[in-house]
Amino acid sequence: MLEFWPDLGKYAGAVTSAYVVSLILLFGLILQSWVAGRKVKRELDRAERRVGTK
Amino acid sequence: MPSIRPMSIWTYANPKRFMQASGWLLPYATVAAAACVLTGLVWGFFFTPDDYKQGSTVKIIFLHVPSALMAINVWLMMLVTSLIWLIRRHHVSALAAKAAAPIGVTMTLIALATGAIWGQPMWGTYWAWDPRLTSFLILFLFYLGYMALWAAIEDQDTAADLTSVLCLVGSVFALLSRYAVNFWNQGLHQGTSVPVATGNRTVDDTFFVPLAISMIGFGLLFVALVLLRIRTEIRARRLGALLARERRLADRPASAPTPASRSTHA
Repeated sequence: MLEFWPDLGKYAGAVTSAYVVSLILLFGLILQSWVAGRKVKRELDRAERRVGTK
Repeated sequence: MPSIRPMSIWTYANPKRFMQASGWLLPYATVAAAACVLTGLVWGFFFTPDDYKQGSTVKIIFLHVPSALMAINVWLMMLVTSLIWLIRRHHVSALAAKAAAPIGVTMTLIALATGAIWGQPMWGTYWAWDPRLTSFLILFLFYLGYMALWAAIEDQDTAADLTSVLCLVGSVFALLSRYAVNFWNQGLHQGTSVPVATGNRTVDDTFFVPLAISMIGFGLLFVALVLLRIRTEIRARRLGALLARERRLADRPASAPTPASRSTHA
């Protein structure tokens, strides 16, 4: 695995941290969107069953 | 699988139609976004050489440029949907603007963070009060203000009205952050590396191909996420309406006639 890792030289810290920060933010956004979507769908299904529209 | 026939765009202002069409489109957009983002970033990080001037920091371009592009374009998309709300009062368009804002703020934050991380070794500073950087920071604050305004107002139509006006004002900074380098010939930030209009790009093909894939990927990621989030907003609004109806029924005195019994008496 490490054989594929590029030699980033003296800027390794900067490049790696840029990727780590960005990927954390992107995954956080995707996860939050997905979890919120699932939660609202589950609650809506429950409410629709309660009021008898489903 | 439901077939999607070409129809007027206003057809999708109907929440039911929108849910049907977006439910069909979402899996394709998600797969395409994942494929392009992964290809662009893996290619950019692992398989591009160092730049003769910037060294390995050139690899940050594959995150910085697509996120900065999306930060501005998401706000412009919000401007269009806000105008549609103000003019035609389609709820789906107001919800589309609301759903897009968290994506835009994340893209702006990525652009600011990667720019700062790149700036330290290249410019010798994380931050400078350069026209483009400053207008980008203001755009970020506008995103936060926009989301805070939606959260602060209970009545959704009033919130949509006020946030639409805020979006119109913020558009000045979205455009300013795009063209700041042209307006003020000063500051540290260089001009656009990939000018779509003129095609006179300053990026070598070695970097341009993965960059283009990454830009397409970020665009598709936005489409997938905004569809997902609009669907959530539509469901949340329906949930709110059902809960309000339940509360009204629960608050009604036991002796009061139900809508069904009232119609029987009539």
